[in-house]
Amino acid sequence: MALDHQTVLDIARLARLRIDDASVDRYAQELSRILDFVEQMNQIDTQGVLPLAHPHEGRLRLRQDVVSETDQRDAFQELAPAKEAGLYLVPRVIE
Amino acid sequence: MHDKSLKQIAEDLAAKRVSSVEMTQYYLDRIDKYSALNAFITVDPEFSLTQARQADRRIEQGDRPSLIGVPIAHKDIFCTKGMLTTCGSRILSNFVSPYDAHVIGKLNHHGAVILGKTNMDEFAMGSSNETSYYGPVKNPWDETTVPGGSSGGSAAATTARLTPAATGTDTGGSIRQPAALCGVTGFKPSYGVVSRYGMVAFASSLDQGGPITRSAEDAALLLNVIAGFDPRDSTSVEQPESDFTADLSAPIEGLKIGLPRQYFGEGLDGEVDGAVRDALAEYEKLGARLIEVDLPNSALCVPCYYVLAPSEASSNLSRFDGVRYGYRAEDYDDLIDMYQKTRAEGFGSEVKRRIMIGTYALSAGYYDAYYLQAQKLRRLIAEDFARAFESCDVLMGPTTPTTAFALGEKTSDPISMYLNDIYTISVNLAGLPGISIPAGFDRSERPIGLHIVGQYLQDHRVLKVAHRFQQETDWHRRTPPGFD
Repeated sequence: MALDHQTVLDIARLARLRIDDASVDRYAQELSRILDFVEQMNQIDTQGVLPLAHPHEGRLRLRQDVVSETDQRDAFQELAPAKEAGLYLVPRVIE
Repeated sequence: MHDKSLKQIAEDLAAKRVSSVEMTQYYLDRIDKYSALNAFITVDPEFSLTQARQADRRIEQGDRPSLIGVPIAHKDIFCTKGMLTTCGSRILSNFVSPYDAHVIGKLNHHGAVILGKTNMDEFAMGSSNETSYYGPVKNPWDETTVPGGSSGGSAAATTARLTPAATGTDTGGSIRQPAALCGVTGFKPSYGVVSRYGMVAFASSLDQGGPITRSAEDAALLLNVIAGFDPRDSTSVEQPESDFTADLSAPIEGLKIGLPRQYFGEGLDGEVDGAVRDALAEYEKLGARLIEVDLPNSALCVPCYYVLAPSEASSNLSRFDGVRYGYRAEDYDDLIDMYQKTRAEGFGSEVKRRIMIGTYALSAGYYDAYYLQAQKLRRLIAEDFARAFESCDVLMGPTTPTTAFALGEKTSDPISMYLNDIYTISVNLAGLPGISIPAGFDRSERPIGLHIVGQYLQDHRVLKVAHRFQQETDWHRRTPPGFD
C-alpha cells in the first residue's frame, strides 16, 4: 500500500500531529514500507475466525459504584501548563 | 557488595550487617561512577537516602518486610510520586506524578528504596533504547553496542551492578530482549499478574510489568512483592497470593520441553543457535525431554503486532495534548494548532510513526483490512500455543535472533529493528509468561539469552525451570569487564 501525499496529511490531521511539508514524503515512504510489511497478514485465510482483542477476552470485572478517590484537584492542577481559578486554560474556541 | 544477590542483600539488611543508607549510597556512587552508560534518566540522591533512612528506622523498630532497605531502580514508565516520570519522552519531560504506580506502592510498603529511574525507548517503543529523548544507553558488555529495549536502562544497570535489581515492562519483548542482550534475567509475567496501574500505557492489551534481575530466584523474590490483585486495574487477575520462591528448587525430571520448529530456522545466528542447543542439552541432563512442536503462524506475529500495538498506542497517546500536564508548545494560533504543535514537538519520530500507523489502521475503510485481520491472527497465534502445550510443559528457544548489534546500525530501518522481537512478540499476543536467562556468549563476548515460555498463569513453573538451569550454570553470575 503506497500512501500518497494527501493521505499522509489526512492521517496526521486525525492524529493531531503537525507535519511540515518537507517531511511529508519521508513519512509517506516510511509508512508505506511498514504497511507493505504488515500486509503479509493477508496470506492467511481468516474467514470464520473470531477476532481476539485481549488475552482475557470479554471477562471484565464489575465493581460497586462507590466513591473510591479523594479530591486531589489542586495536586493534579499543579501539573497544568496553564490554569486559572481551578480551571485548565486552552486557546479560545468560541468567539 | 555489588556481587551479592537480591536475596543476600535483603538478608544482610534485615540482619543489620549493613544499613540501607550505606547500601543505597554505595549504589548511588556506582551510578555516578558509570554515568557514561546513560542508564538512568533521573537520580535523586536526597530522595533515595530519605527513603533509606526511613527503612533503617523501620529495621530498628523490628519492622522487616521482605525487601526492607533494598535499593531498586525503576523503568521510567512507572509513576513515582515526587520524582520525575518521563517515559523517555520530551512530552513528559516535566512530569512529576501526583501518585505512585501500584508496583511502586507495593515496593514502598515492603521497604524498598527507589534508586532512580532508568532510561528507556520513548513510550517503550523500540528495541535498542535509541528512541529515548534522553539519548541511547550503552551495553556494558560492549559500549559500541545497544543494550536492547525498550527496558534498556534497567537491563544495563542490572548487568553493570548499578542496582541489585530493576523493574521493566514488556509489550512485545521489552523486558526479555534487553535482558538477553545484557546477560541478565528478565521475566514477563502472565498478562494480569502485575497491575498496570500507574504504568504509562503503550498497548494496554499487551503491556505487562516485571522484574529484571541477575537470577530467576531474585526475579521470584521481586515478583512476590509486585504481583497480586489490584482493583484499580480492570485486567488484574484475581487469584490468591502465592509465593513464587516456594518450589523453585523442585526437580524437573520428566519435564517436557517443546522446541518450536519455527524458532530455529532462517534468520537465527549460528552462535546463538549453538548456545541454545547447549542449554537444551543441560536440561536433558537434568531429566527433561525435548519435543519438537509447531507454531505455524509465528512468522506473522510481527506484522500482527505492528498493527495491534500501534492501534492501541494511537488511542492511549491521545491523552498527551498539552492541556493537563506535560510539555506544551510555545507558540500556537488556536486549540487545534496547539495540539498539533505540542505533539509534533513533544513526540520523537518512532512514536509519531506508530501513532500514524495506528491511526490509519483504525480509520474508516481500513479497519477491517488491518485491525480486524490482526485480531483474527492474534486468535490463531494464541491457539497455536494452546495446541503446542498439549504435548509439552514449557517452550524453549532463543530470546533474540542475534546478540547485541552496533549503536546506530538499525535506526534508519524500522522493520529490521522490529524483527528483533520475532521470538518474543507472540508471547504478549497470547498473554503468556516468558523469561530470558543468560545462556552463554558469542565470540565477541556478547551475551546470549535462552527464552522459556509457560502456559497462562504457570509463572511458578517458568521461574522454577529457569532456576534449575542457574543452579547448574554460572552464565548469570558473569559481570562485564570493567564493572567488577
